[in-house]
Amino acid sequence: MPVQNNFEMSEYNFAFLDEGSKREIRRTILKGIAIPGYQVPFASRELPIARGWGTGGLQLTLSLLGRQDCLKVIDQGHDDSVNAVSIRKLAKTSSGIETTTDTVEASVIQTRHRIPEEKLRDDQILVLQVPEPEPMRRVEARETQTERLHAEKEYSSIWVRLYEDIVRWGEITIGADYPCMVHHRYIFNPSPIPRYDVEKLHQADGLYLFGAGREKKIYAVPPYTDVEPLQFEDYLFEVEEFNEESCRLCGSTSTFLDEIYDSSTGDKYYQCSDTGYCSKQQTERKVKANVRT
Amino acid sequence: MGYVAVTGGQEAIEQADNLSLFYRTRNVSTLLNPEMIENQMRLLVDRVMGEGGLYAPEYAAIALKQAEGDPLEAVFLMRAYRSTLTRNYYSHTIDTGDMRVIRRISASFKDIPGGQMLGPTNDYTHRLLQFSLREENERELQNFVEDYGFTEYVEGEITFPKVADLLREQGLIANHDNHEEKEEPFDLTRNKLTYPSTRSARLQALARGETGALTSFAYSSMRGFGVVHPTVGELRVGYAAVTIPYPFSEDEEDGMYIGEVLLTEVETINSFSQNDDNNDVQFSVGYGLTMGQNEVKGIAMSILDRSLETSGEAPAQDEEFVLSHIDSVESYGFVSHLKLPHYITFQSKLDRIRQAQDHKSSNEGEEDYAGTK
Repeated sequence: MPVQNNFEMSEYNFAFLDEGSKREIRRTILKGIAIPGYQVPFASRELPIARGWGTGGLQLTLSLLGRQDCLKVIDQGHDDSVNAVSIRKLAKTSSGIETTTDTVEASVIQTRHRIPEEKLRDDQILVLQVPEPEPMRRVEARETQTERLHAEKEYSSIWVRLYEDIVRWGEITIGADYPCMVHHRYIFNPSPIPRYDVEKLHQADGLYLFGAGREKKIYAVPPYTDVEPLQFEDYLFEVEEFNEESCRLCGSTSTFLDEIYDSSTGDKYYQCSDTGYCSKQQTERKVKANVRT
Repeated sequence: MGYVAVTGGQEAIEQADNLSLFYRTRNVSTLLNPEMIENQMRLLVDRVMGEGGLYAPEYAAIALKQAEGDPLEAVFLMRAYRSTLTRNYYSHTIDTGDMRVIRRISASFKDIPGGQMLGPTNDYTHRLLQFSLREENERELQNFVEDYGFTEYVEGEITFPKVADLLREQGLIANHDNHEEKEEPFDLTRNKLTYPSTRSARLQALARGETGALTSFAYSSMRGFGVVHPTVGELRVGYAAVTIPYPFSEDEEDGMYIGEVLLTEVETINSFSQNDDNNDVQFSVGYGLTMGQNEVKGIAMSILDRSLETSGEAPAQDEEFVLSHIDSVESYGFVSHLKLPHYITFQSKLDRIRQAQDHKSSNEGEEDYAGTK
């Protein structure tokens, strides 16, 4: 069967975008790093991947990649998820660089909805795909207004929203993408990572970059920055509960778990969402088991 | 493994590509040639070029073939390709007054200098499904074309003065702020659109906007959610010459001709009483310009241009609302992104709803302290 022609790399620039565009994006990143949590506007480019499918993250990745880099791409923690495959393939075919599924080997990691279980090092960059960069969008639809709210550090409306949640439901109902205060200045959306991952942003060793392609914003959490989830003294921030469940593949009880239903029996079970980490744990477990026997 | 069937993503994608190819070609007796699309799907090609912001009829035809005729997808392909191109030149301002016109009408005046020219349009054709198209015969068509004896290129080109200029000379039209016209126009492809924007930014966003979205918003304004219900001063379709600054010349105005583009230009005239931002007794003009022949978009654009100059509560008067939602690459992409897996966020939501349910059941029978039940 004839296979459709893939992207012909030779017809395009290294890492797809033209050099001028990549430089513009890197400058925007630098500004973002200089003002942690502040959403820096940029002229987002259209990519061969649809808006809302990771084009913000991908523009960051493409503009950061050099020939020596090694890239890991995950979606939902998963290297082989269809969109992760698609993004990795575009980055790889347009740049020819190395890719990996091992968090430790990667110099740049692009992710959607998860931060890997293994701790980010100071020579690694984590690029997060952002659907909605504006934390205040929950309470205010207009960009003209939210910009002003940030400028004036006028965040009372989102605090009221959290308070109303508690009054109505007995708890804060925000699931993923939990709003946080970055270095005591800007409230930001950490992208739809689970609450479980939020703590990894606080005083981290590595650099976190956030790209929103459709909304045309770039922002950053540089290393050793304070990131505090919004909470009240008597209603503290809570991460997801797994009630002592463990991964059925590697046995881990200390990772973020996917809830899965067996397609034939309908039984519920759990397994690690970070598949790269999980397979490493499985290998280790086997090694240990072999040593014992 | 059911729900996590995304495992094996690489192979699944390859198979999906193959299947798409299979579905596109399995019942094919004559392969569609992009040239056929370019010449026989003229209006669709024009629409894709306009929304794609790339004047390249051949590429638009290829995009349409690749997209199996989906204009949103074809526009997306054009835009993505556009991102890879280096910006070499900015053209001189195009003078649409010198346009080689193929169609030109005015709904304001019966007689306009130069006259009306109906040109290629189906406005007055009954929309009866022509079953005879099944049997259309190539030889007959060729004979028709030869007999018709039409050439677009006429000696001593036909150009027409603009209707709006006629009114402007009589002081009946409020000129747009000259100050802004002399400013370097905003470049939407190199800057993020921020609000409040400039008129040049607005016009650019509208010109690239999705035809259907623009038409809907303009319709809402005409129908009652807004104040704009204009008269078409002039609608013209024709070819305009594009020149770039001559690279070896000292004089910026020295132009080098690089080709011509088909454009639709619309100037609508709005009642002075709708001119609610000042008290001038003058008409105000709404302006629309799109690539190719796309008349409804041109008119819609001119309505929205005008509508966004007014203030009020209607959606079509709200710059941020209109301009943030008319780009098809963005709306198409974001709406379809819901097809992507959302396992993690859904897990987070599950956690919250279970907690909230627990909380509710444990509180049942107790006094409702917040009084919100």
